[in-house]
Amino acid sequence: MTSSSPVFLRGAGSTPFGRHEGHSALDLMAAAAQQALASAQLSRGEIDGLLCGYATTMPHLMLSTLFAERFGLQPRYAHAMQLGGATGAAMLMAARELVRSGRCRNVLVVAGENRLTGQSRDSSIQTLAQVGDADFEVPNGASVPAYYALMASEYMHRTGVTSADLAEFAVLMRANAVRNPDAHLRTPITQAEVLASKPIATPLTLLDCCPISDGGMAFVVSADAGRQAAVRMVGAGQAHRHQHLSAMSDVMQCGAGQASQQAFDEAGLTHGDIDYLGIYDSFTITLVMLIEEIGFAPRAGAAARARAGDFSPTGALPLNTHGGLLSFGHCGVAGGMAHAVEAWRQMTGQAGQRQIRPPRRAFVHADGGVMSSHVSLLLSRED
Amino acid sequence: MTATEPSKAAAMDPAAPATLSIPAALSAPFTEGLRLGVLRYQRCTACGCAQTLVRYACRHCGNEGLAWHDAAGSATVRAVTVVMRAPSDEFRPLAPYTLVLVELDEGPRLMGHAAPGMQIGDRVRAGFFEHRGGRLIRFEAMV
Repeated sequence: MTSSSPVFLRGAGSTPFGRHEGHSALDLMAAAAQQALASAQLSRGEIDGLLCGYATTMPHLMLSTLFAERFGLQPRYAHAMQLGGATGAAMLMAARELVRSGRCRNVLVVAGENRLTGQSRDSSIQTLAQVGDADFEVPNGASVPAYYALMASEYMHRTGVTSADLAEFAVLMRANAVRNPDAHLRTPITQAEVLASKPIATPLTLLDCCPISDGGMAFVVSADAGRQAAVRMVGAGQAHRHQHLSAMSDVMQCGAGQASQQAFDEAGLTHGDIDYLGIYDSFTITLVMLIEEIGFAPRAGAAARARAGDFSPTGALPLNTHGGLLSFGHCGVAGGMAHAVEAWRQMTGQAGQRQIRPPRRAFVHADGGVMSSHVSLLLSRED
Repeated sequence: MTATEPSKAAAMDPAAPATLSIPAALSAPFTEGLRLGVLRYQRCTACGCAQTLVRYACRHCGNEGLAWHDAAGSATVRAVTVVMRAPSDEFRPLAPYTLVLVELDEGPRLMGHAAPGMQIGDRVRAGFFEHRGGRLIRFEAMV
């Protein structure tokens, strides 16, 4: 097999996001993986590679092989990966390399976590806050929302993006989630409600922040196309320019543009070729900054495109039609994979009542930490 | 404080392994500085680049010689938030509290608490306060 051999997303699986009381991270991984195998029409014996995410509720030295034993897999290649919210996209990129090199034929990529019910809310918030610097940032009583709020204040100051602009995306994600029975938060919200919701860390309010959820997601990345449609991974890119917010040298160039450019260059595609977006949205500011740095809107122009309906399911560039992290929910690695699973479902005509005109070319982007790790993927329907 | 190179100090420690010099707690000069009421930062001995946080090598030129210096404490606010919901019991009594990200006049960026009402672009000076047995930085408007 050569480096130009095509690699396909052959099948996918997911659990609903929300509360899964009494279910462990492994339970949620298994549920998603089982569905992914059925979707890919593969038996366990045909899975020769396994990549899995981490789970804060189940720290383990060898999560991938623990999962393999429980799930009944004996892969020839396995490991877990830790890259925060970018883990899911990074695993898909790595799985593509494994298949492209001929090392594996069918790689199961799986993640799941009971982040909501498996620990107290304080414990979860404390664990997440540790992406901050242990000596310089965390001791101040900073949290992930505080890091993103600080970043938002600078970005808004420099570009003119307003709180009302951010709120557009909370409303859009919720409207998408209302159409998705698997989403965690499905009560419609208005822009006024977002702006008036409880302040968490100014300028971010509660509805600018994603919820903490339980859930799982899985993909089979394969040398062979699936029965539903041939969705090929045609480009990928990464950038890792800092770990901590304090060390982010330029809020206008956090690495997203660099990662996405690599993916576009590899695929030989441009922004104009894209007809679906799956973009990481841990906070409204995350989504606005990523859309603008990657170039799907000019600086301070993302909200205008949202108001014009461009990012709606019926618009030119549907965005996170599952509801995104902001409303579908966020359970860690699987939350960041959900954007890709949704893109694949829309491309293969499997999105049920929220099915849009099946996209041909999807752009997927995830970030980990505080805009620290960036992974871009380009998916193309080849039929 | 005079500039020192922790890696050389560690190399002279008789308890240190002969072939591998590992400085103990890279950030120790910073945390020790906080206790003494001084903001310390690293600067590259080759290119002079000031480092944000702590590093094993210069972020600009890759040189491994980084010397610790004292900062004057004057800075400009780059980012500001008011934390309304504290992440732990330890900080709930302080909420709401203002956090800022500043750029010290010497170049490094630093996170700290700040007086209420702080705006991006404000000139500030570092002070300190005690919280739960530790000392934290608090920036006040420069007068």
